[in-house]
Amino acid sequence: MLRIELLYWIVAAFFLAAAFYNVRERRLSMAAFWTVLAMPFLFGDAILRAHASGSAWPAQLMGIGVLALGVLAARNPLRADATSDAESSRRVIDAERFGHRLFLPALAIPAITALLYFGSRALSTQGIDLFEPKAATLSSLGIASLLALIAALFVTGARPRQSIAEGRRLLDALGWAILLPMVLATLGSVFAATGVGSAIAAITGTLIPVDSRLACVIAFALGMVLFTVVMGNAFAAFPVMMAGIGLPLLIVKHGADPASLGAIGMLTGYCGTLLTPMAANFNIVPAVLLELRDPYGVIRAQVGTALALLFVNVALIATVVFR
Amino acid sequence: MPADINYWPLIGIAIVVVGFALKRNPVLVVVVAGLASGIAAGISPADLLALLGRAFVENRMLLLFVLTLPVIGVLEHHGLRERARSWIIALRNLTLARFLITYLALRQLLSMLGLTHVAGHAQTVRPLVAPMSEAAAERSLGALDDEQRMRVRATAAATDNVGLFFGEDVFIAFGAVLLIQGFYAGNGIVLEPMTIALWALPTAIAAFAIHAVRIHRLQKRLARGRSTARSDDAAH
Repeated sequence: MLRIELLYWIVAAFFLAAAFYNVRERRLSMAAFWTVLAMPFLFGDAILRAHASGSAWPAQLMGIGVLALGVLAARNPLRADATSDAESSRRVIDAERFGHRLFLPALAIPAITALLYFGSRALSTQGIDLFEPKAATLSSLGIASLLALIAALFVTGARPRQSIAEGRRLLDALGWAILLPMVLATLGSVFAATGVGSAIAAITGTLIPVDSRLACVIAFALGMVLFTVVMGNAFAAFPVMMAGIGLPLLIVKHGADPASLGAIGMLTGYCGTLLTPMAANFNIVPAVLLELRDPYGVIRAQVGTALALLFVNVALIATVVFR
Repeated sequence: MPADINYWPLIGIAIVVVGFALKRNPVLVVVVAGLASGIAAGISPADLLALLGRAFVENRMLLLFVLTLPVIGVLEHHGLRERARSWIIALRNLTLARFLITYLALRQLLSMLGLTHVAGHAQTVRPLVAPMSEAAAERSLGALDDEQRMRVRATAAATDNVGLFFGEDVFIAFGAVLLIQGFYAGNGIVLEPMTIALWALPTAIAAFAIHAVRIHRLQKRLARGRSTARSDDAAH
């Protein structure tokens, strides 16, 4: 069985390589940023094992690392990844020279991911586990990326070192934006541990007229959206809003159907995901990747879809769920 | 309001809202918010550091996608985006709307099969979908100005998100479905994952229809922008 930790070590090696390039260019705080970020990938399993066996200091050290990353992120503002004219014209020439062969490695990433995912599922019914069961898709993606890299080097005739340098160019362009999803997920864990969810549920519970079914439906839907906007994640909002409004009021008091309420309620939260910079990996990272001038450009392109869909979801809950 | 609940940890949310509004560095804002919530909840500094560190490590799978960057980087260096663009320009019946709606359908169907990671902003949108969308728009509408180009790129990213979000819940082994099932099971309501997943279909269909209409309207707006620009030229 391939442990996903092996892939994490490769990620760590990539971050350390990026740090090395930055040291050579005397950009020390960027180098420090990638070095600290390599740590959870190098020592992640060791930290979790130590924590499980009662020794807290490795996790505490990582906690200090998180604080350091916050400070380093603020010291390294994003810089546009400017392409020189020489590079641009060389790209046009290469595009002619290699033609459609360039698509092969790019499309190999999704194709091999799909193949490995379904293949590993078929094998696991035979009792052979290719990957850790919980990490099957991600492991497939990791292996597919490595195989596609070999294909890319083969097609373009580039040297392996060049792929690291080019990957590092993209990594530096992403900068701190790459870290935002991870620190937001961490914040979600802190909020869960500090009872933020139950405090919000208690407040909303006192604000709505519980005898009106429609008022409860609207409060539930808007609560899912607002809480998702704050947390950046419908998964965090769902248990809070269900415990506060969904279960006691909609299901027990007004007789809603649990299966449809759960599914549509979660998707109502997803409308909030389309609206929030807190869902950084979906809304902020692509704005950086696509070199948009407006960091909220992707969110602006989504507002219309999100609001129309929110309306549809409220209508569905009010009708289908109480059929 | 129930008095036995500590409301002070909510200060973390306030810090996030204010920090984002003041455009401070988001990573720093989020880290400070986490610290503030933890301190307000009365967690000791040692425990808080351990909580931060452990949660950070547990979420490291979010960054596994960086393994695609060397592939994408080396292909871009050798003209992948330029090639994607010139190929789309050669396809005569392809419009922006047709291209993006096809991608939306594909992304939604793949997510329904559980293949959420085969596409994404790093894997497919930056190297392929965004340059192809720009090329498709330019092929049918003529050259884009800077603002229109940004708008088309942002819509390409938005299309990937909509396809992913409103496909994945129809897949029964997806985390959201299992989370819903788990929540109910913990409260004494036993449900099959399949019944939950099927109820994600109506919203999935609505999401496709709404976003497809919006892509069409963007194309119309871009076309209108072109024709007014042209009549302005004529007036001068």
